[in-house]
Amino acid sequence: MEIVCPAGTPAALRAAVKAGAHTVYCGFNDETNARNFPGLNFDRAEMREGVEFAHAHGAKVLVAINTFPRAGSQSVWHRAIGDAQAAGADAVILADAGLLDYGARSYPELRLHLSVQAAAANADIINFYADTFGVKRVVLPRILSVPEIAAINAETEVETEVFVFGGLCVMAEGRCSLSSYATGLSPNMNGVCSPASHVEYIDDNGVLNARLGGFTIHRTAKDAPAPYPTLCKGCFSAGGQTGHLFEDPVSLNAEQLIPQLQKAGVTALKIEGRQRSKSYVAQVVRNFRAAVDALEAGTPLPEGMLARLSEGQAMTTGAYKKTWR
Amino acid sequence: MELTIGPNQFFWPTETWSAFYEGLGEAPVDRVVLGELICSKRLPFYQDRIPEALSSLAAAGKETVLTSLALVTLKRERKLTAELSEMGVTVEINDLTALPHLPKGLGFHVGPLVNVYNEGTLTWLASLGAKRICLPPELPMASVAALAHAGADLGVAIEVWGHGRLPLAISGRCYHARLHKRTKDNCQFACDEDPDGLEVRTLEERPFMAVNGVQTLSDSYACADYQIEALAAAGVSALRLSPQSSSFTRICQLYRDRLDGALPAGAIADEIRRSSPETRLSDGFLVGPSGASWSVEPAAP
Repeated sequence: MEIVCPAGTPAALRAAVKAGAHTVYCGFNDETNARNFPGLNFDRAEMREGVEFAHAHGAKVLVAINTFPRAGSQSVWHRAIGDAQAAGADAVILADAGLLDYGARSYPELRLHLSVQAAAANADIINFYADTFGVKRVVLPRILSVPEIAAINAETEVETEVFVFGGLCVMAEGRCSLSSYATGLSPNMNGVCSPASHVEYIDDNGVLNARLGGFTIHRTAKDAPAPYPTLCKGCFSAGGQTGHLFEDPVSLNAEQLIPQLQKAGVTALKIEGRQRSKSYVAQVVRNFRAAVDALEAGTPLPEGMLARLSEGQAMTTGAYKKTWR
Repeated sequence: MELTIGPNQFFWPTETWSAFYEGLGEAPVDRVVLGELICSKRLPFYQDRIPEALSSLAAAGKETVLTSLALVTLKRERKLTAELSEMGVTVEINDLTALPHLPKGLGFHVGPLVNVYNEGTLTWLASLGAKRICLPPELPMASVAALAHAGADLGVAIEVWGHGRLPLAISGRCYHARLHKRTKDNCQFACDEDPDGLEVRTLEERPFMAVNGVQTLSDSYACADYQIEALAAAGVSALRLSPQSSSFTRICQLYRDRLDGALPAGAIADEIRRSSPETRLSDGFLVGPSGASWSVEPAAP
């Protein structure tokens, strides 16, 4: 199986490739991709150099252009597709139907992948994207169980890519406005969720209140580690209970499910974390590469391979196990 | 400007459901979208009432439309989605999954849970037969205006979320079930206790959101009262009112009077706050710094 690794910076791209990534995904440094954070992403020259470096080392580069173009400003997104092709990208990852239509018509040679932001969650819609736009691969939303993924693969020729490690979106991606409701900035329009610009930590008599957009969604004792206040992993009160109503502050780790995902017909395993450091990326990539290599060789998976990264941090297999729902 | 009643997002007792749609026959609205938007498990409770509701609404002169599910994953849901057009009424797609199943050449509507953010997507949907698009609620006024302009050129009517709790997210996970320590498969229909969703407060006890099964909504009720003239000037042809469990026919009348010029800007909001002081209003997605904000005064602390 192919491992698809995050690269938020040219340095992270080189680190991922050297650590054994089959494929790296990255984006331009603007609102055209869903990790539009300050100091991240690639300018045009960096993208060309990054692709050249990856190709020289036998790795592929996918360019994420997976926000939804703003009405009246579509040319910014159209240009991103053209520039990705010119840089030599092996595919672009798109979410918006209009942009897929543009990409398929304007760059028929360019390989199109469907972003997780399109929330394509069944074989009918995946086949429709393939028939209509020639989409070759779909990144599945993080709301499907392993048997559901197997059922999708049984009914489609489109390759499937699934998240195995990193942040966990608990809502259908691309269909969530929680962030823009609270802060005015959205994953779909601005490429950001629960943005740091709207986070405040307020010390209240030894208790640290974490606020997002003015809403207090986490409290921790002063010396305890404070999680980042992501909306869907915040603490709320409802029905007489207070707690993590939507999801605990956990990350996804499906390393032990890799053999099952392979049996389910998955083509590629995606690692989340374009905002992470190059050393983190290299370490995760090395471990996942060792896992898929072991799988190919028929040897047991290395045990506890990500223990160091997981230490003190809660992990979940999320929706891959049906009981999660 | 016209008024469209969106599909009821909540799980109401069957008799309440029937009475609601019977009552809408008398309401001063142009179009009613009904059917199950949120959770396929709710549909069997009222499925056999749908044909009757459709025909009585049609007899009362309303355009009737059937919604698709907002998130289709299961085989059963795919089948339901594929069979929607067999009812012989216009389908409103709220997930693109419905698209390949629509009879070719037959017009369809697009609901607010399909991502139509730009002219490219609007044009593509129009080429497939879209006649009416209710835009995603998170779009700002500038995008609404650009899309209404593009819609006019393509013969696509543009509708905007006018009133009601805003649909903010949908998931595979049922939060009502989770709160009751149940799984989605064994939810025992926990959502039926909350006809307008279950209130979710922040840690400072500030109302923030509402949970409705697999859906998350805003605590505030979107209210386009102060934006109606701007929306009309932008070329928006209809407002969508989203069903709520109380005072809904009154809400319909207020918006009708406001659109007809019989009420000034602010009259709807004033009456809502007079009759239901706990209701928080918002129009921030259209004109504010965030979706939760209200243009007239700062959102309540």
